[in-house]
Amino acid sequence: MIYQWRPRQLWQALVAPIDGPLMALAACILTVAVIVIASASPNRVDNELINIAVALVVMRVVAQLPPQRLMHLAPPIYIAGIMLLIAVALFGDVSKGARRWLNLGFMRLQPSEFMKIAMPLMLAWYFQKRETMIGLRDYAVAAAILLVPTALIARQPDLGTAVLVFAAGCYVIFFAGLPWKIIFTMLLGAVAAAPLGWSFLHDYQRARILTMLDPQKDPLGRGFHIIQSTIAIGSGGIFGKGWGQGTQAQLEFIPERHTDFIFAVISEEFGLIGNIVLLVLYALLIGRGLMIAANAPTLFSRLMAAAVTLIFFTYAFVNMGMVSGILPVVGVPLPFISYGGTALVTLFLGIGILMSIDKHRMLVQK
Amino acid sequence: MEFHNPQQELDRFHSRLTVAGSFVLIAFGVLFARFVWLQVVQHNYYQTRAEDNRISLVPIVPNRGLIFDRNGDLLASNYSAYTLEIMPSKIKGSLKSTIDEVAKVVDVQPKDRRRFRKLMEESRNFESLPIRTRLTDEEVAKFVVNRYRFSGVDIKARLFRRYPGGGFASHVLGYMGRITDSDLDEIDDANQEANYRGTEYFGKSGLEHHYEFQLHGTTGFERIEVDAGGHAVRTLARTAPVAGNNLTLTLDAKLQGVVEKAFGNRRGALVAIEPSTGGVLAMVSMPNYDPNLFVDGISPQDWDDLNNSPDKPMLNRALNGTYPPGSTFKPYMALAALTIGKRTPEQTIFDPGYFTFGNHTFRDDKKGGHGYVDMYKSLVESCDTYYYMLANDMGIDNISSFMRKFGFGQKTGIDIDGESEGVLPSQAWKKKHFRRPEQQKWYAGETISVGIGQGYNAYTPIQMAQAVATLANNGVMYRPHLVKYITDTATGAKTYIEPKPVRTIPLRQANIDFIKNAMIGVTTEGTAARAFADAEYVSAGKTGTAQVYSLKGEKYTEGKVKQELRDHALYIGFAPADHPKIALAVVVEHGGFGAQAAAPIARQVFDYYLLGKLPSAPAAEEPKELEGD
Repeated sequence: MIYQWRPRQLWQALVAPIDGPLMALAACILTVAVIVIASASPNRVDNELINIAVALVVMRVVAQLPPQRLMHLAPPIYIAGIMLLIAVALFGDVSKGARRWLNLGFMRLQPSEFMKIAMPLMLAWYFQKRETMIGLRDYAVAAAILLVPTALIARQPDLGTAVLVFAAGCYVIFFAGLPWKIIFTMLLGAVAAAPLGWSFLHDYQRARILTMLDPQKDPLGRGFHIIQSTIAIGSGGIFGKGWGQGTQAQLEFIPERHTDFIFAVISEEFGLIGNIVLLVLYALLIGRGLMIAANAPTLFSRLMAAAVTLIFFTYAFVNMGMVSGILPVVGVPLPFISYGGTALVTLFLGIGILMSIDKHRMLVQK
Repeated sequence: MEFHNPQQELDRFHSRLTVAGSFVLIAFGVLFARFVWLQVVQHNYYQTRAEDNRISLVPIVPNRGLIFDRNGDLLASNYSAYTLEIMPSKIKGSLKSTIDEVAKVVDVQPKDRRRFRKLMEESRNFESLPIRTRLTDEEVAKFVVNRYRFSGVDIKARLFRRYPGGGFASHVLGYMGRITDSDLDEIDDANQEANYRGTEYFGKSGLEHHYEFQLHGTTGFERIEVDAGGHAVRTLARTAPVAGNNLTLTLDAKLQGVVEKAFGNRRGALVAIEPSTGGVLAMVSMPNYDPNLFVDGISPQDWDDLNNSPDKPMLNRALNGTYPPGSTFKPYMALAALTIGKRTPEQTIFDPGYFTFGNHTFRDDKKGGHGYVDMYKSLVESCDTYYYMLANDMGIDNISSFMRKFGFGQKTGIDIDGESEGVLPSQAWKKKHFRRPEQQKWYAGETISVGIGQGYNAYTPIQMAQAVATLANNGVMYRPHLVKYITDTATGAKTYIEPKPVRTIPLRQANIDFIKNAMIGVTTEGTAARAFADAEYVSAGKTGTAQVYSLKGEKYTEGKVKQELRDHALYIGFAPADHPKIALAVVVEHGGFGAQAAAPIARQVFDYYLLGKLPSAPAAEEPKELEGD
């Protein structure tokens, strides 16, 4: 067969697995990201564009994979993830007091990041295997699958990632149908055990919670981040100070202003209007994700789609909550916007999975 | 095992999706509420906080007002110099090691370290204190290159006070020092806290203190945008400082110089006043001190020297030295007698050389006495017996109520703070100042020595000068003052210190003329005749000798008594006698007889002020000629 140059068909083949609405929403949010990073940290824009390109390639590749293939990959990925986490605990590099990185010589790997996807993948795989006969014993097994890596990550310590991984797992179990009775019993138990849990927290974690409750207590130390970010948000007002005009951001009063605290920059420069736009974009993205989940054909794809979507929500809610001072400071980036390649790749891996589930729906039904 | 219906499963999944979706909306609703709270409700508050973060007000210290004498000679000015300062709260590691490191870059002498330690002890928190002052350009450059190595150490350009005359008129001008807690209280009381942001120095004494808030000026501000590290990004606005107001004094610097020279190395004080205004022409307290020593922090060695010197150079004798007036009190006694009718000029007494009261004998200085003495002779020859009798006849309360009108025993209100009151003895005073009942009672015998200016009498030279100026001015009394006018540096407007009479003492002109005539007699044929021999003007005066040490019945012989127990020599006078332009009071501590030590100084002052004659040497001590001063 002679190869014929037919750009139109090529383009169609390229975009075939891509979901229009999801892509459009992601593109809007990425545009916001580039605009804000150009203000908060102009010399990182080029790198961010490269990160975006890499993440989109990952998304496109994953979108092409049938959910079936993904499902089969779940156990090896999960087990590899657990082994890497153990390796980190044994040989990992220490940075800023935490052992999170594995140095492979040619690159540094943060295995906990992969767990954000590997965890729901594994649990969805498990529930799919046990479909039609899911009982209490299965929830116990699921809990074990959930808690081992969560504990390993929390030990590093990396509370932000542990929270996300734990949440991802919980979502799968929740959607798998964990009875409400058990859910409420566990919630009550958790509230009752909170004081006990307090004693297991690291000093820095306790300090973060105390700081959230009263940032003024230590205004130049731990409270500084949160005080400065709330000042940035509040001083932004309804319409914001304008792009590049945020004094809190430009004069470096906001710490981590291109990564975890980038939301403060958005709030300061674009005001309440900007925040509403962002909330609406996230809400639409989540809505589209839940729609895909609702229409997904298999238990695995339903659970996967719903969990991935709620991970996006968790990122967004925890990050905006901590920057605006209603949640403790944990290292959770603003999804699709905070600068950094790893998080972006993970998030677009999730988008790719959603697209894959949506596009392969018809095939399964056929 | 439970049977699972796929449709049931799907329904449950969909209901859970609905729950999740609702939860997402609620959570976003909470965030939205939080944003509205921060960005709409509390917006103004956070707006202000953001501005406060961003804007730093940097005070610009104004130039301090200058001080000129009446002829425009500059007595106090400013210079700008670089100082190397350490903020102890900001340094890393020990203070000593920091200073050691600094010393490798910029010369730091042991005396600099001692001064720094002294400043540390006295300083408020978070102050930046000088380790070196007056850096050379080379030293500044050397430090700037190495600045990155030192946190909490920096070079500052500061304004310092300069007194070109050194110790000249030091007690009038006063000195500057770093602001202390008590200075802060004064600043608070004057509602000047904001204006003193950035000011490091404060007037500690003299005019520098009394006119502090005139001299200081208005602090300017630079609104500077700073980043989170506190580094200036750019200047947004600048309000220029307004220099302090200039003072022009009534003081005549040349006359002041003549007086200081006339004293030589003797201790004492002189105050010369223009009788018709109360303007102080010269105010000298010897020895003086160099106020420049205090300007950038006095070294502990210099401080100890000044404080431990037996000569007490820091004491302003003109305002805080209290001395018995001795015989310089007699003209006022005589005037009192005329005024209340206790004596006429012609009334004559016989002086056998002593006066007996009860079983106590009061001796006259002249052996054998002055014989028959009328009022004129009593003043010209300074006859003690005449005044023993007179005091006894008048009684203490008559004396004190008359003397009070001349200002004795009261603050004059001169424009320098901390003046002493002195003691004008009276029955009431004694009652108030003594505790035990037998001490509180006034004994008639105590009145007698008051009559010759001894006993409890103790006045400051400024009071004596004010009194003689009032006499010269025929009873019209002015408040002595040093500042003639204040010039507003911004507008150039001059505010004159209007001389207003404090009071006019009701006196008969004939009585005043008689006393003045007798005081002229003192300089022409009396105790000061030698000091004023060949004077080209007519002056009036009165010598005095104040006992420091009571000789129990022994004859006072100068050579036999230790210097610090020798009598104080005094002189009061004015000239020209008919239209007085200058009135003065001189005290030479332990100078012996007034005619010998004090009158020649007065002569040099009058010679210069009236004739422009500059003396070539300190006033010589006249040999004693007449007995009884």
